[in-house]
Formats: sequence, C-alpha cells, structure tokens
Amino acid sequence: MGTRNYRRKTSHSEPGPGDGGRTGSWRVERPVLNTSLCIPCKRKAEACFICWLLCPDVVISRTIPPTIDLEYCKGCGICAEECPTKAITMVDESAFSEENEGKE
Amino acid sequence: MHIIENGNVAAALGVMLCRVNVIAAYPITPQTPLTEKLSEYVESGEMKAEYIPVESEHSALAVCIAASSAGGRSFTATSANGLLYMHEQVQWAAGARLPIVMCVVNRAVGAPWNVWNDQQDSISQRDTGWIQIYCADHQQIIDSIIKAYWLAEKVSIPIMVCYDGYILSHTYMPFDVPDQKKVDDFLPPFNPDYALNPHEPANLNTVTLPDVRLDVRGELAHGYMEIRYLLHEEMRKSLTVAAEAEKRFVDIFGRGGDPYIEPYLCDDAEYVAVGLGSLTYQLRVCVDTLRKEGIKAGVMGIRFYRPFPDIALANALKGKKGVIVFEKALSYGYEGALVSDLKSALYEHLAGTGTLPVVQNIIAGIGGRKIRTEDLTQNLRTAIKGQVTYEPVWIGLEI
Ligand code: SF4
Ligand code: SF4
Repeated sequence: MGTRNYRRKTSHSEPGPGDGGRTGSWRVERPVLNTSLCIPCKRKAEACFICWLLCPDVVISRTIPPTIDLEYCKGCGICAEECPTKAITMVDESAFSEENEGKE
Repeated sequence: MHIIENGNVAAALGVMLCRVNVIAAYPITPQTPLTEKLSEYVESGEMKAEYIPVESEHSALAVCIAASSAGGRSFTATSANGLLYMHEQVQWAAGARLPIVMCVVNRAVGAPWNVWNDQQDSISQRDTGWIQIYCADHQQIIDSIIKAYWLAEKVSIPIMVCYDGYILSHTYMPFDVPDQKKVDDFLPPFNPDYALNPHEPANLNTVTLPDVRLDVRGELAHGYMEIRYLLHEEMRKSLTVAAEAEKRFVDIFGRGGDPYIEPYLCDDAEYVAVGLGSLTYQLRVCVDTLRKEGIKAGVMGIRFYRPFPDIALANALKGKKGVIVFEKALSYGYEGALVSDLKSALYEHLAGTGTLPVVQNIIAGIGGRKIRTEDLTQNLRTAIKGQVTYEPVWIGLEI
C-alpha cells in the first residue's frame, strides 16, 4: 500500500506526535532525567513543568515524573538548558548503543 | 463588449472579471501599467479585492502564496529580473500546489540591463512546476487569464500567462471583454480542499522527510518524492483538463478551439514554422508571402509550453518535410529550449516511422533586436531549401 489515496497532495501536518516524521532518528544526545533533582518529583505535586512547556516537539509529559517520548525527541537539549534545577542532562547516544542493538 | 486597449489593460480586465481576492505585485517595466490599472480598479471600488503593495517580487509572490493558502484567489504579475528575483517562491507555489495565476510580461533578463522584449525570463522558469501559457494577441491574454483560473483551481497548479512586452503589453488592438455574468458561469468561486483555518490548525509544507510516514491519524502520508511525483503526474494530466476548460469556454463564450496549439495553414503544409507568442502572428505574414511563391508553408503557434503538448505537436507535424523553430530565448550552451523539447517529442512519437521532419532552430529578437518580417521570410526560404545548420541561426546578429 502506497500513499496514492492520501487525502492531501502536499506536505500537511497536524498537531500531534509524529506528524513531522520520526524526529527521534535525528538525536545524537539523549535527555536523561534525574528525579532526585526534579521539582515536581521532589514535592510530589504538580509544579514547574518548564521542560513540558518548552519542548518544541511536545514530547515531554506533564506527569510526575515527566516522561520523554524518545521516538520523537530530536535531542535539541532545550529541556536540559531550561530546567531550573539541572535535573535533565544530555547524554551522548553512544552510551545507549547496546540498548539500541538489534533495533532499526 | 468590444474595446480597443493595450495588452496590459486586457490582462487587468481579465483579473477583475475573475473576481480575484488578493493582488500583490511590484512594478517592473513592461508590466507596470498592468499593476497600476489593477490598483486603480481596487482604489475606485470597481474591484473588490485586497491590493497589497510590497517591497519586492519575492514578497509579492509570498503574499499570493499566503492568500491562496488561506483560500483566496490571488494574482501577481512581473517581468524579467522581477521574475528571477521571485524564483524561490515560484518553485514554492508549485510544490505547495497553489492555484495562483501570474502574468509574465516577457522581457530580456540582465546582465546587461535591458528592458526590451524576449522570452528568456519565462523560459528560464520552465522547470518550476508551473503551467505556462503563451498569448499571441490581446483576446488571448484576457481569455487565457479566465481559463487559467479555472484550470489552476481544478488541478491545484499555478499558471503563468505569458505575453510579449511592448509588442503586446503596450500596443492597442480591438478585443472583446466578456460579460461578467458569463465569466461567473464559467468560473465558480475558489473553493479549495483545505484552507488555513484556526479551528483546524496545520503546518503546511514543513520539513518533509525522504521517507513516507504515518501521520497523526495513522494514515500513510507522502514523503517528498511522492509529493513531487504527484506534481509531475498532475501536470501531465492537466493537458486533458485544459481541453475540458477549452470546451467549456467555447460553449459559453463562442471562441477558442485547440488549447495547446494554434495552427495556421498547417494541414497541407510541407514546412511549418513553430514558435511561442506574438512572433507566430508575424510568421503568418511570411507564410502568406511564401504561399504566393508556391511554397506550402504554415505556422504552428504553441499556446501551452508546460505541460508540453508533445502528442498534439507530433501528430500535427508528422510527415512534414521541415520544421523551423523560432525562439526568443535559448538554453545557453546548446540551443533553444523549445527546439530541444520539440525534437524530443518528434523522436518519441515518430522515430522509425519515416515521418520525422528535418528541424532547424532560429534565434531572433534577443533583447528586443528588431525582427524584420523580410528577414524571417528569407530565413524560412533558406531552411526550406534544405540548408539546415547544426547550430541555431541568429537573425539580425551583426557580429
Ligand atoms: S524543568 Fe526540570 S525541574 Fe522542571 S519539571 Fe522539567 S525536569 Fe523537572
Ligand atoms: S526539549 Fe529537545 S531534547 Fe528535550 S525532550 Fe524536547 S526534543 Fe528532546
């Protein structure tokens, strides 16, 4: 099955996961959350969520703890840069290469 | 109503009759009187449209792209370096499949600076994915604009309506201005599949990856290559849609006929002169002279340059002894772009059938160099005598 019957003739994306393509494949550094530093995790209450607000790919959940959808996280590092407690660090993807083995 | 006016006014009247919603243009000779006329119509309230003054041609087309994406019927016009300056947006409008109509009032491109007529400007935009229509008189200008909106909106492909600077844009001739009611019957309001809408947000034409992808609804969406393939496929199909447009036009307005080619004395002709635009009418005078000398010659005006009407041309030129292609532009380093396209069509459809004509290329009128009818006739005679050259012949060159 190809794209022949797709409802648009152009590039047309709607808000939602994946409509910009599998942006997770662009990532060279992965954001890793340290829950012992993350404000809502420490307070066990809704707070901060600056990472959720600013992630350009909308892949961080507004939950305790915040979770990151690595399928679409492009690794831009904005969340790590903006987190007021430095709870997110960017780690080179090679550190996870074993985990990726056998995957596409 | 029949009036006597210049070609730019014919174009402006066509745009007004089409009830265009948004006009954005930057003045450039010889297109300027067209945009001035449109701004007068809008200013006086005669035409209900937004006229958006811009600081460049690039912005003019960007405005039309935005207006068209929001569901507005939009128009721009330019010439020469103005067209070259908007080139990036020209490609964009086609890839975004927006049915914008643009008049290209043909003029030579710089360097060196030159404001006179040739067709290098629009020919150099051949591969941008726009449909290109060439006009030979004022009636064709006004009629082509009306047909162009119908066709563009049917196939979601932008259209350039090209006419020769000065020779058509600034000369006066009689033509019929169609009734508004008939135009409204022919051309319904623009009603696109999707128009920008805050209640249905979407990103249009953002980064599109090489591969296909599942969209938010889980449907398999095109990759870049599929989108570009569809543009090509639907350009080819628009030849058929253009025939439908022409038929409707003839039914409503009682004029027109063949959307792709305009033959003059071609049926029994052994030799056919081929060209684009007003030059083909000048060539009719040469052919009349040659006919008096007993030479069976004809003229084939090409109205559609893209999509290229290869089958119509091959059928019309099949079995002719010679085809002489006159061009006011060329693909530097080889020959005229039109002659290359035409030879490819003839080879594709006639090779091996023994009906392939001999083809000669003639370059004329570059940068407004005077094209004397006697010179055209003489060059036709020479080609007809079989003195065909490997390189194109340049008429009027003094070097
Ligand atoms: S910005 Fe930092 S502290 Fe705030 S929610 Fe995100 S990870 Fe936690
Ligand atoms: S801000 Fe950038 S790095 Fe952080 S989760 Fe979003 S896409 Fe990934």
